[in-house]
Amino acid sequence: MTKEAFQAKIQEICRRYEPGPVRLLDILREVQASFGWISDDAIDEIARTLRMPRVEVESTASFYAFLSCRPVGRVAIRLCDDIIDRMHGMERIQRVFEGELGIRLGETTPDGNITLTRTACIGMSDQAPAALVNDVVVTRLSTDLARTIVAELRSHLDPTRLVKQVGDGNNAHELVNAMVENNIRLRGPVIFAPFSPGDALPKALAMTPVEVIRHVKTARLRGRGGAGFPTGMKWEFTRNAPGERRFLICNADEGEPGTFKDRVILTECPDLLFEGMTVGGYAIGAKEGILYLRGEYAYLRRFLEAVLEERRRNGLLGKGILGYPDFDFDIRIQMGAGAYICGEETALISSCEGLRGDPKNRPPFPAQKGYLGCPTAVNNVETLCCVARIIQEGAGWFAQQGSDGSSGTKLLSVSGDCKRPGVYEVPFGTSLARVLEMVGAEGVQAVQVGGASGHLVGPADFSRHICFDDLSTGGSVMVFSAERDLLEVVEAFQEFFTDESCGYCTPCRAGNPVMLEYVRRIRSGKATRREVDTLRTLAGTVKQASRCGLGQTSPNALLDLFEKFPQVVESRLQAVTRDVLPSFDLETALAEATRVVGRPSVHSSNR
Amino acid sequence: MSRTITFILDDEVVEAQAGQTILQAAVAAGKYIPRLCAQKGLSPHGSCRVCTVLVNGRPQASCTQPVAEGIVVVTDSPELRELRKQIIELLFVEGNHFCMFCEKSGNCELQALAYRFGITAPRFPYQFPRRDVDATHPGLFLDRNRCILCARCIRASKELDGKNVFQFIGRGRDKRLGVNSRNGLGGTEAETTDRAAEVCPVGALLRKREGYRIPVGRRKYDLVPIGSEVEAGGIGAAGEGGQHE
Repeated sequence: MTKEAFQAKIQEICRRYEPGPVRLLDILREVQASFGWISDDAIDEIARTLRMPRVEVESTASFYAFLSCRPVGRVAIRLCDDIIDRMHGMERIQRVFEGELGIRLGETTPDGNITLTRTACIGMSDQAPAALVNDVVVTRLSTDLARTIVAELRSHLDPTRLVKQVGDGNNAHELVNAMVENNIRLRGPVIFAPFSPGDALPKALAMTPVEVIRHVKTARLRGRGGAGFPTGMKWEFTRNAPGERRFLICNADEGEPGTFKDRVILTECPDLLFEGMTVGGYAIGAKEGILYLRGEYAYLRRFLEAVLEERRRNGLLGKGILGYPDFDFDIRIQMGAGAYICGEETALISSCEGLRGDPKNRPPFPAQKGYLGCPTAVNNVETLCCVARIIQEGAGWFAQQGSDGSSGTKLLSVSGDCKRPGVYEVPFGTSLARVLEMVGAEGVQAVQVGGASGHLVGPADFSRHICFDDLSTGGSVMVFSAERDLLEVVEAFQEFFTDESCGYCTPCRAGNPVMLEYVRRIRSGKATRREVDTLRTLAGTVKQASRCGLGQTSPNALLDLFEKFPQVVESRLQAVTRDVLPSFDLETALAEATRVVGRPSVHSSNR
Repeated sequence: MSRTITFILDDEVVEAQAGQTILQAAVAAGKYIPRLCAQKGLSPHGSCRVCTVLVNGRPQASCTQPVAEGIVVVTDSPELRELRKQIIELLFVEGNHFCMFCEKSGNCELQALAYRFGITAPRFPYQFPRRDVDATHPGLFLDRNRCILCARCIRASKELDGKNVFQFIGRGRDKRLGVNSRNGLGGTEAETTDRAAEVCPVGALLRKREGYRIPVGRRKYDLVPIGSEVEAGGIGAAGEGGQHE
């Protein structure tokens, strides 16, 4: 490609996304898709076209895991690397991929065609081990399937042709065409009951926006993302904040390890969600909505775009919705690009603005100053679905579901050591023991409730209840049987937070790698009691001093392990018997010098 | 005329202006709160977390948290000192800091804080990251081994110099200071006279050919410890118009 053609192509991509810099993430995704990577020349050209400093472009490009500033293969195989996939044999699968491709993890084949890498949980823990091949999801990987995938890719380099058999429901839709299965194990009355487009919206538009908010308050709806903030109150703040434009953003950046319920909602209930978003837009006075879809779910994008288009055709989106001349509302899809931190609402807003996914300083809160500085409500996928159902069935009906402080139902994403992994819609107040019984989990040692940022609980806590006032969860339930090493679980979580920290604040950026190193020392039996005490204090500091929820929750599982499973750590502790730390290995420390000098050190035992 | 707010600062009732941060109000009240990323004349960043205080019992960065009527702020306690000490130790182990041959020694805020908190050696394992040095600029020297990612140079370049020389690249532990050129700092519009060249709290961004003009032993923190009354008096009370001390 000539320099002129290259520049013309980049300029054309930039022009497609008005107004320029705030759509930088989309532009970078397209450049990556067109050229395979984002070169220095591409960064220069984007910066020139958008009239912004090149370092700002590089800053965004270098933040996201799915964007690459160095050459990579035309096909990227991203192995899902989390504790559940590891439990299902991902290590073995990885070795097969490495063997068949003749490269190590992180490398590209010599012909420049295929890159093998790892990525954080892709939302397929119910059908692990899984991987992404570009945007195509491959699930239930076996060593045989891994070999077949490599052989096929070598012959045609077309990931879409890897899908031989499609999953159930809309996974079989021609615009989805995925081997993903829904695994809906229990249908409740709120999310998985039948819903047709227009079942809720006319009822909402017959009310005033303030009445809609009052309805949501009466239903006592609380955010389903984990924090449980009352939705009606959030909307009231947003509605009452001064500003010309307002925005409603749906957080579909479902990145918490072990969570996949939003994947199923997006596949099977998109109208329920979009209707909830439209009701929300009406309630807060927004004309614009954004669905922030995690990069891992790119395979759902064309389908979701088609659903939005259908709703526009039916007058459920766009100008003068359902004949109400004063109500305009439309939704655009913002694709993410591989960053767990973007599930944090202010980081998500940064990402929508084309910036690095750094959380913002609060105050001001998004309700006052959010997207582009305008009042913005950010809601979870499941929360917005609840809104549509509340309007359809009534606030009283909804408030009667569930338990006292937690009305409605909760979707649980269950994975790990159980017979029936999948999505369960349970009423709030259901005990963890009941959940474990439903999913067919026996001989359970521990359960991680709420994903990596949640809590590790043992049998003493199984009688506790899933609700905001007891065991609060965004929905991830990972089950670990008696054979599992809980330190391996905690190590996987610390690796996750080390990889996914945005790096803005010191405690999270520098603290998580150090915590990880200590956990590894304990696991390999090389930690002293004093080091464990140091780790415990550090975990407290990271929890207290970090700037956002990621850092503040990153030591949770580790601290739970100390508190509830002390024997797991105790059994590996060594007394300091020598005058050096057990983790200090003299031979390793001397290796480089030995190599340089060409003879063993006088201090070496191999002398 | 801005509204006056009354709150409790370490058991004393103090007044502040609405819109001030806790750090600004504390400085105005003559109180020192240890800090690294906050700098007079630059917008608050809230990244180093050294200035963490308790607000109604909850930890908050005082450089970004606004004052509010009736809040109870604790700026110093054994727990807060331990928390700050650990953050300083983390900064030492995540980079490659060698005070004994760093030109900034004695003028370095990180080193001075380490002395303040009695750190002889960090208790955490050194991470020994691979970081690069940028000597492409004729008058400036950038050593990322010593960078603590406080963003002072980024903000100074934007807010005081009206330039865009610096921005962060990468994320997590791979986060590093980037410059606005593919050819290093020498390819940017950075100048030796930029305010950005003066604000680095450590020895990451230095002017060339100025080394050891003031001998070790007669430098700022060789004479007075950081945060001492003499030093605080020397740099004055709270800045005006929402400026940070």
